[in-house]
Amino acid sequence: MTQAATVDARPTRGASRITPVSIFLWALRIAALAVILYGSYLSISSGRLTGSQWRDLLVFGISTGSVYSLIALGYTMVYGVLRFINFAHGEVFMVGAMMAFYVANALATTSLWTANPIVSLLVVLVAAMVTSTAVAVIVERIAYRPLRGAPRLIPLITSIGASFTIQYLVRGLVGPSTKAFPRMEPLRGTFEFGGFVILRSQVVVIFAALVMMLMLYLFVERTRTGKSMRAVSEDPETAALMGIDVDRTIVTVFAVGGAMAGVAGALWGLVFPSLNFFSGFLPGIKAFTSAVLGGIGNIVGAMLGGASLGVFESVGPSLVLAGYEIPAFSQLKDVVAYSALVLVLIFRPTGILGERLAQERG
Amino acid sequence: MKTKRGLKLLALLAVLALVVAACGGGEGGEDTTTTAGAEEPTTTAGGEEPTTTAASGTTVPAGELGVIEVGAGEPVKIASLQSISGDTASLGTDQVRGTEIAIADFGDIQGHAVELAFSEDDTCGAEGGQAGATRIIADPQVVAVIGTSCSGAGVPASNVVTSAGRVLISGSNTSPVLTSDLVGNEGPEHHPGYFRTAHNDAIQGAAAARFVYDELGLTNVATVNDGDPYTQGLTSAFEASFEELGGTIAISTAVTADQTDMRPVLTEIAAAGSELIFFPIFQPAGDFLAEQALEVAGLEETVLMGADGLLSDTYVVLPQTENMYFSGPQTPIGDTYDEFVGKYEAEYGEAPIQAFHAHAYDATMMALTAISNVAQADGDNLVIDLQALRDELHSLTFEGLTGTLSCDEFGDCAAPNIDIVQNTAAEADIAAVRANVLATYSAADLGF
Repeated sequence: MTQAATVDARPTRGASRITPVSIFLWALRIAALAVILYGSYLSISSGRLTGSQWRDLLVFGISTGSVYSLIALGYTMVYGVLRFINFAHGEVFMVGAMMAFYVANALATTSLWTANPIVSLLVVLVAAMVTSTAVAVIVERIAYRPLRGAPRLIPLITSIGASFTIQYLVRGLVGPSTKAFPRMEPLRGTFEFGGFVILRSQVVVIFAALVMMLMLYLFVERTRTGKSMRAVSEDPETAALMGIDVDRTIVTVFAVGGAMAGVAGALWGLVFPSLNFFSGFLPGIKAFTSAVLGGIGNIVGAMLGGASLGVFESVGPSLVLAGYEIPAFSQLKDVVAYSALVLVLIFRPTGILGERLAQERG
Repeated sequence: MKTKRGLKLLALLAVLALVVAACGGGEGGEDTTTTAGAEEPTTTAGGEEPTTTAASGTTVPAGELGVIEVGAGEPVKIASLQSISGDTASLGTDQVRGTEIAIADFGDIQGHAVELAFSEDDTCGAEGGQAGATRIIADPQVVAVIGTSCSGAGVPASNVVTSAGRVLISGSNTSPVLTSDLVGNEGPEHHPGYFRTAHNDAIQGAAAARFVYDELGLTNVATVNDGDPYTQGLTSAFEASFEELGGTIAISTAVTADQTDMRPVLTEIAAAGSELIFFPIFQPAGDFLAEQALEVAGLEETVLMGADGLLSDTYVVLPQTENMYFSGPQTPIGDTYDEFVGKYEAEYGEAPIQAFHAHAYDATMMALTAISNVAQADGDNLVIDLQALRDELHSLTFEGLTGTLSCDEFGDCAAPNIDIVQNTAAEADIAAVRANVLATYSAADLGF
C-alpha cells in the first residue's frame, strides 16, 4: 500500500512467444472492443439522448461510484494487510447507513435539521462513522483475530458467516421493513456551474467522498501509523521484529476501513433514501468489484475502480446496449458492470492500476 | 467364513428388499397425485366412481382427486400463504386478517370447527411460493389454501397446490398468466384448481390506459416493470390497451426489484419524451423510482402512476408519492363491508392497511361455502371430495363483500370495478387515498 501505484506488477510480455492462447486472447479483446465501439456509435449517432443527458448519466455514475470507492477502500486495505476478502464489509456499511437513518430521523424532528443542515449532516456522518468503526473492530476481534495464521480460506468463510450474522442481527433489532430517510430540504434541487446542472446531494456526496479519500491517503502516507500499516502490509514478521505492534496495526486498518464504510453509509442515505437490513449486500459486492477493478490492495486503485464501475453501470446500458436496441436494457446494468470488470481484467489482469502487493507470500 | 459371508449377503439382500419396498410405496403414492393433477377436471361429473384411494376407506364414492376425511371432533383445515414479511408485508398481512375474520364469521362446517392450520410466508417471490406451498400440502388434511399475495409466488404455488388435488384461492394475484387473458386464451401458468377473487390485470391495465388517455389526455407514456409476472402482465395489458386507444408507448423498459439507482433509466424515459410513467412495481424499487423521478432533468412535468402493488400504507405516506395516481380494486361499499371493517378495527387496532382484505375475506368465505356444500357426513366423520369441491367452486355464485363472484372456466371469479385514485397533499393515509376516487371502470365499461 504505497503511493507507488505506477510500480505495478505489469507482466513483461514483449519477448514472449506467440501462443494459440495469446492469439485467442487478442482476438477476444479486439472483438469486445469492436462490439462496444460499434454499439456506442449506433447509440450516439441515433441522437436519442442529448449531450446534457449523457453528462447527467456521467455525474450519476460518479456519485454512485464515489460511494463504491469509499466502501472499496475497506476491502482493499484489509486485503493489502491480511490477504483475505472481508465479505462482512458490506454489512459494516449497512450498519453505518442504519445508524445514519436513526440519527437523521431523530434530528429531523428538531429545528436543527432545517436551521443548520451542515451541522446536522456532520452529526449524522460522525454517528455513522463511529458505529461502523465499532462494528468493524468488534468483527475483527471476535471473528478474525482468533484465526490469525490459519489458512487464508478460513477467515474468508468466516467473513461470510459474519456477514450473515450482522445482517440478521440488524433484522432482529430493527425489523425487516424498509426505512425511508428523512428529506433534507437544502440538499434538494440543483447547483449550476456555468451551464453544468448538478444535483446538490450529488455534489455533497462526491465532495465528501473526495475529502475522506484525501484524508485517508495522507493518513497512510504521512503518519507513523500509516507507515506501520504499510510495513505490516509488506511483511508482518519483519515489521514485528522492527517493533511494530502487528495486532494493533491490523485493528487500525479495520477501524479506518469501517470509518470509510460508515461515511459511505450516511452518503448512500442521501442519494438513495431507503434502506433495509439487506441493503449492504449489493453495494458490498459492487465495492468488492471496484476494488478488483482498480487492482486489489491498491488504495488509489480502489478509488479509481469505484468511480469507473459507477460510470460503467450508469452510462454502459444506455451507451452500448441501447445501440443494439436490446429491450429493457436498464435491467441489465449489473450485467454491464460485471462485463466491464471482465473486460478490464482481460486487458489488464491485475486491475486498472495493478495489484499492489509486496512479494507474494506463501 | 463362508457361512458368515452368506449371512452378510442375506442381510444385505433383506435390507435392499426393504428399501425397494419402501421406495415402491413412495413412488406409488406420488403417481396417484401426479396423475390426479394432470387430468382434466372437466372430463368428469365428479363423484360417480367408487373410491380407489387407500386413504379414504369409506363407502362414500370419490372423484378422481380423492377425498379428505375429517375425523370426529377434528377441525377442517385450511391454510394461508401470503406475503407477511419484508416490504410487501402489508399486502399479505391485510389478507391474513381478512381470512381470520372470515373463519370466525363462517363458524362450523357440520359440527367441525374450521382451523387456519398454516400461515406461511410467500415472500412475494417464486421461492417463497414454492416452499410455502410444499410445506402446506405436506399436511394431507389441508383442503384449501388462501393465497398467494403476489403473482410471482402464485405461479409455483398454483402448480404445487393443484397438483396435490387441493384448491388455491387468491385474493390478490392479478396476473393474466395465472388464469386467462379474459378473451378465451388460457394463461401459460393456469392449472385447474386455481381460483381468484381479485381482478385480472387485463382489466386493470385497460382501466389505467383508459384513464390516462381519456381523463388525463396524455398520448405518449412510458411503462416500467421489474420482471415479475404481476408487473409484466400489467404493463403489457396497459400497453396493449393504450395503443388500441390510439396512444403511443414512448418506452417500455424494466428495472430489477432490488435496484436502487433509477436515474439512468429515468434519463432514458425523459429522452423518450414521456408524459407519464406507469410503473406497477413494488417497494422499495417504487420508492426510488418516484423519488429520483423528481430530480431527473426533463421529468419535471411527467405524471407518475402506480398500481395496486404500491397502494399500501407504507407507500402513500412517502413525500415523493404526492400527486401520484394509482389504479386498484374498488373499495367495497355497503353495510356488510362497514361491518367487516368494524370487526377488522376491533380485532387489529387499525383500519385496513392495503387493498385486498375484502378479497381475501371473500376467497375464504367462498372456499368455506363450497366445502360446506360438498362435505358429506359419514357418521361423525366429514368427507370432502376434492373434485366435487372444484366443480362446486366453478358452479357457485357467491355474494361477497367485493360483489357477486362467479368463477369462469379459468378460475377468474371477480366481476371487478377498478378505481383510479390520486394521492394529493390532502390525503393523510391509505384509507383517504383510496377514497379519493377520480374514476371507476367496470369490466363491462372496458369491453370484457
